[in-house]
Amino acid sequence: MARLIQFLTVLLFAGTAAAQPSLKMMIPANPGGGWDQTGRNLAAAMQSAKLVSSVQFDNKGGAAGTIGLAQFANSAKGDPNAVMIGGMVMVGGIHLQKSPVNLSMVTPIARLTSEWEVIVVAASSPHKTMADLVKALKDNPGKVSWGGGSAGGTDHILVGLIARAVGVDPAKVNYVAFKGGGEQVPAVLGGHVTAGVAGLGEFAEQVKSGKMRALAQSGPTKVDAIPSLKEQGIAVELGNWRGIFGAPGISPPQRDALVKLVKDATETPAWKATLAKLGWTPVFLGGEDYKKFIDEDTKRIGAIIDSLGIKK
Amino acid sequence: MLETLGALGTGFEVALKPLNLLWGFIGVTLGTFVGVLPGVGPALTVAMLLPLTVKLDPTGALIMFAGIYYGAMFGGSTTTILLNAPGESASIATALEGNKMAKAGRAGPALATSAIGSFVAGTIATVLLTLLAPLVVDVALRFGPAEYFALMVFAFTTISAVLGASTVRGLTSLFVGLLLGLAGIDSQTGQARFAFGVPELLDGIDVVVLAVGLFAVGEALYVGAYQSRLMETLEKISGSIWMSKEDWRRSWKPWLRGTAFGFPFGSIPAGGAEIPTFLSYATERKLAPHPEEFGKGAIEGVAGPEAANNASATGTLVPLLTLGIPTSATAAILLSAFQNYGLQPGPLLFQSQSDLVWGLIASLYIGNVILLVLNLPLIGIWVKVLAIPKPQLYAGILVFATLGAYSLHQSWVDLLTLYVFGLLGFAMRRWDVPVAPAVIGLILGPLAETQFRRALAISQGDASVFYTQPIAASVFALTAIVLIAPWLARRLRRKR
Repeated sequence: MARLIQFLTVLLFAGTAAAQPSLKMMIPANPGGGWDQTGRNLAAAMQSAKLVSSVQFDNKGGAAGTIGLAQFANSAKGDPNAVMIGGMVMVGGIHLQKSPVNLSMVTPIARLTSEWEVIVVAASSPHKTMADLVKALKDNPGKVSWGGGSAGGTDHILVGLIARAVGVDPAKVNYVAFKGGGEQVPAVLGGHVTAGVAGLGEFAEQVKSGKMRALAQSGPTKVDAIPSLKEQGIAVELGNWRGIFGAPGISPPQRDALVKLVKDATETPAWKATLAKLGWTPVFLGGEDYKKFIDEDTKRIGAIIDSLGIKK
Repeated sequence: MLETLGALGTGFEVALKPLNLLWGFIGVTLGTFVGVLPGVGPALTVAMLLPLTVKLDPTGALIMFAGIYYGAMFGGSTTTILLNAPGESASIATALEGNKMAKAGRAGPALATSAIGSFVAGTIATVLLTLLAPLVVDVALRFGPAEYFALMVFAFTTISAVLGASTVRGLTSLFVGLLLGLAGIDSQTGQARFAFGVPELLDGIDVVVLAVGLFAVGEALYVGAYQSRLMETLEKISGSIWMSKEDWRRSWKPWLRGTAFGFPFGSIPAGGAEIPTFLSYATERKLAPHPEEFGKGAIEGVAGPEAANNASATGTLVPLLTLGIPTSATAAILLSAFQNYGLQPGPLLFQSQSDLVWGLIASLYIGNVILLVLNLPLIGIWVKVLAIPKPQLYAGILVFATLGAYSLHQSWVDLLTLYVFGLLGFAMRRWDVPVAPAVIGLILGPLAETQFRRALAISQGDASVFYTQPIAASVFALTAIVLIAPWLARRLRRKR
């Protein structure tokens, strides 16, 4: 019914657009977070270049994106116009949950971006520098609450890595999971958690306006005047990659069509402007190469999570 | 302040151009017709119709968007009242009295009080948003997990109002809902609960599927099974389809109280529309001069929740416009509409893009007015739905309920759960167990659990966070007063 209505209305208002596909995009996170920004900006880039006639979004958040993945893997089967956003957070979540659905069930299309992680506190926080926060963590690990995305995701992994690097048992880290940025940003701004962890872009506007203070980011060197963890004597580097997937069971030509569509979208000025604005590094990798990369990353991330001792 | 009013004025000036008004009318019409499909709530309708606005200039697109949004909200209320099949969790409270009114031949006044109440609430909430947004957001930020948990407990105490005549049956229903709410992946640990290896159940159970199953399917089955004994249920439209003087007198206070519940809850980031609509329902039931009418179609029970729903929707613009964070599905779609015009959400939105922001606020307001102008005359047509003979009407309800449930995720598992809940709803009706508490349990249970565990994680298991923080402590104190006051009042009266 929904599709019929959309079809009729699109026909009614955009008779010229009949040749372009209309995409259905699953965003397996609540609105406002990094996957949401990736998906909506990529869709806007596609529309700006008239590569697609319309994009219909479906936000389904929680549990490191595996809820959305389960729905996508089950409901989009064989649909050549269905895509899903995903990334490293999902790989970690699948490992941690021993999830019955995993990324081998969907069709990898392309890796899009990589983003460094940032550690922030509210402007009114007593922790002025990363050293202050680390000292508090060493004094009493449980007293420092870290608000981040789903349990076992990139944010959680980063906190564990920092704890291990400064000599604190990662299992003692007090990590609080939020469903997407919409709940996390107010929790940090209101001082309900000691520190917030997310991709640079998710807190960028808050940091720029002075409502949050960025203490460190997880890149190799300084980014946007924010010193890296390494520069502050904490030997941790972590990039959060994001990409796009197609439905299970689509044919190789259908997959290649999607790879081309996404590749074309990443070459638009609109997409390049998005990358610059949100501080994302372009790391395009398409089709078969992307699949290989995911297989390797699944092993790498599984090993990190196990060694951190956060797997329950 | 003057600057603010000036900016709003400019917004209105642009939005009121004839061509823009035309787009608004088109939006309202489309929104209403898509929104009336059961299971299709405003967020889904707006998402579906949003592509239509892409071709327009920003102002035209925004006002058409506002029209679609209000049309969809009203369309949802229409289905809820006429067919007892709510399209989203925010209209479940409306179903309780609204459908009873429709059955008593008063569908017209029910729809009218819903439309006018939404307009009144929208007007007041827009004024509050314009004047108070920066102040409100400072208070909203003080709400952390402990405070949210206190609010959830407060909401739970109001459930007593919908438990029905037998407390045991009411509680049974509530716990069925709480149990169903546990199904799915737990967000704090990522572990699956009560999913039985069915991937679709990892998503949890959709409250719309439960509500449509228990309300609409359950009722259709019941009517089918006992039709011969239920001669009196559907009365002919009696009296005017308009609100009488009496209806106005009974509606205006619930509208105001509903607004007072809805706006603050919408403004706090994890507030939502469900709690204020149920709080409003419970309050009206307690304050009504004729509480015995509740359960048979009391207009207060429609006027309050509908106003609360609309005020809460406007309230979600507070965090959206001041912090740049969307706190509801509809707000997120709104944001994506914004982003089509190169607008960057964030705390600087008001300063950097004030024209567009005020244009949006003005558009939303005008969308609300257009809705009223367009839909009040249409009420006469909508209520004719009820003149359809019962067998055909309920067959139609089943068809639309099924379509609606399937359109949510295009999943057959949803259809199966819909009919399992339909049978459950049939059994509950047969043995006089109220169905509303089950739906409330499914909505509030998971919210309360998440906030409770977050609060305890942050405090490292120290439960004192619930009574040492001023806001949480005050809310708990208020809860205690609400629980004890009626009992105390009864005792005092008896002594006299």
